[in-house]
Amino acid sequence: MYDGVYSAEVMDHFTNPRNVGEIEGASGVGTVGNAKCGDIMRIFLDIDEDHVIRDVKFKTFGCGAAVASSSMATEMVKGKTIEEALQITNKAVTKALGGLPQVKLHCSLLAEQAIHAALWDYAEKNGVVIEGLKKPKSDIGDHEDH
Amino acid sequence: MNGKIYLDNAATTEVHPDVLEAMLPYFKAQYGNPSSIHGMAKYAREARERARASVAELINAEPKEIYFTAGGTESDNWALKSVAFGNRSKGNHIIVSKIEHHAVMNTCEFLEKNGFEITYIDVDEFGIVDPDDVRKAIRPETTLISVMYANNEIGTIEPISEIGKIAREHGILFHTDAVQAFGHVHIDVKRENIDLLSASAHKLYGPKGAGALYVREGVKLEPLMHGGAQERGTRAGTENVPGIVGMGKAAEIAKRDMDERIAKETELRDHMICRILEEVPFTKLNGHSTRRLSGNVNIAFSFIEGESALMLLNHKGVFVSTGSACASGSLDPSHVLLAIGLKHETAHGSIRFTLSYKTTRGEVDEAVDAVKEAVGRLREMSPLYADHLKIGTNKTEV
Repeated sequence: MYDGVYSAEVMDHFTNPRNVGEIEGASGVGTVGNAKCGDIMRIFLDIDEDHVIRDVKFKTFGCGAAVASSSMATEMVKGKTIEEALQITNKAVTKALGGLPQVKLHCSLLAEQAIHAALWDYAEKNGVVIEGLKKPKSDIGDHEDH
Repeated sequence: MNGKIYLDNAATTEVHPDVLEAMLPYFKAQYGNPSSIHGMAKYAREARERARASVAELINAEPKEIYFTAGGTESDNWALKSVAFGNRSKGNHIIVSKIEHHAVMNTCEFLEKNGFEITYIDVDEFGIVDPDDVRKAIRPETTLISVMYANNEIGTIEPISEIGKIAREHGILFHTDAVQAFGHVHIDVKRENIDLLSASAHKLYGPKGAGALYVREGVKLEPLMHGGAQERGTRAGTENVPGIVGMGKAAEIAKRDMDERIAKETELRDHMICRILEEVPFTKLNGHSTRRLSGNVNIAFSFIEGESALMLLNHKGVFVSTGSACASGSLDPSHVLLAIGLKHETAHGSIRFTLSYKTTRGEVDEAVDAVKEAVGRLREMSPLYADHLKIGTNKTEV
């Protein structure tokens, strides 16, 4: 039934999601989305002194595309520097997933926002400025519609 | 995947083997057009009339009060538009419930654009319409009340005879969308004061593309389709004879087997509900526990989203449906679940399982096991569940 809707990559990342879980004492945690709309994504980053993302975990409440986007996004930022991670866009996540249905494109955007939110949290906690990183505009309950 | 467990019978059903067998001759040997004059038409005509009698008998109507259509949606459109436009000189006000199927809801939207006023009646937490609310909504210009017999999502059976009585007392026509109830519940259009009723064949082990509209004798019916003289000039177009024959056969079997089917399905339904509510924490039954279609189970699972649950169950060969927005492509979950007071996030996590006369206890048990596993897995990755465990917040509870 879903074979015609989602790509093989989406199905793979949905049925075998990578990096599910939490990181105790994470360097940065970002939560975006809204339960009302049916999607919440939380990303945990473990960043070392060289600004390299050593580990990343996620927890997501949402549809198949949201889970797959979270899984793919965590794979893409793992081992990257903060600057490199910042360059990973929702388009890149969508492309890596072999495309998403039009109505599910917001899921990949949510993944991008979750990573940015986690990086913002890291920057705030450590008093560092990450060039090009803006304050996340959405967080749980922040918005009623999107 | 061991095989498939189909628990989406409110969406559509498998054609009963006897129904299929009854239909087949009308594709081949008896393919005549009932409107023709020659001998080939005779058998098609007779078969059509036998089917009409079977459909009528199932709801205690007269055969001449049955009009065949292409399905429930057409019947709903026809009933509402016919009564609305046909009685425009008397008034422009229509009363419907908030949990009607889109076939009624979107027809109402169309009528609103055409100058009609619609009152949408609230339902209680179980999805039940209070007949008193219907009575209070009546105005001098009200021409039609339309309340579904049973809801397609949560299975709630409405107090149809009470509403029918009120409509009759006020001289207002009463239509009921009985697509989910036809052949699944004992319906008596006379006793229940029903003036118009929509039915469909494919929810009752009949074919797709066949339906009927019951119109009480004496109620004026405006054609929806203009053309030939079929259905006494009210519904033009060559009849779907095999489909009509299939609907008749499905109605005949339903009449014969209804009590047995209801008893069997009710037992399995309650077994399924009990098992899920007992074995999966943070769950709630949507709809009423007894005033409910025998084949309907609808459960809200907190902290998870329905489409992802659907996908995991699909992977296990268990086919169900969800009220989550994510399955429909919009951001808003089902209007029915919101109308019974569910929060958006709980509506997103609601799953519907609908049984058939063929569903076995083994299938139900296997499905429940698959549900437990899927829900457990999704909660493991749900930030809402994590928050709940940490803070014990009530924010996301049902």
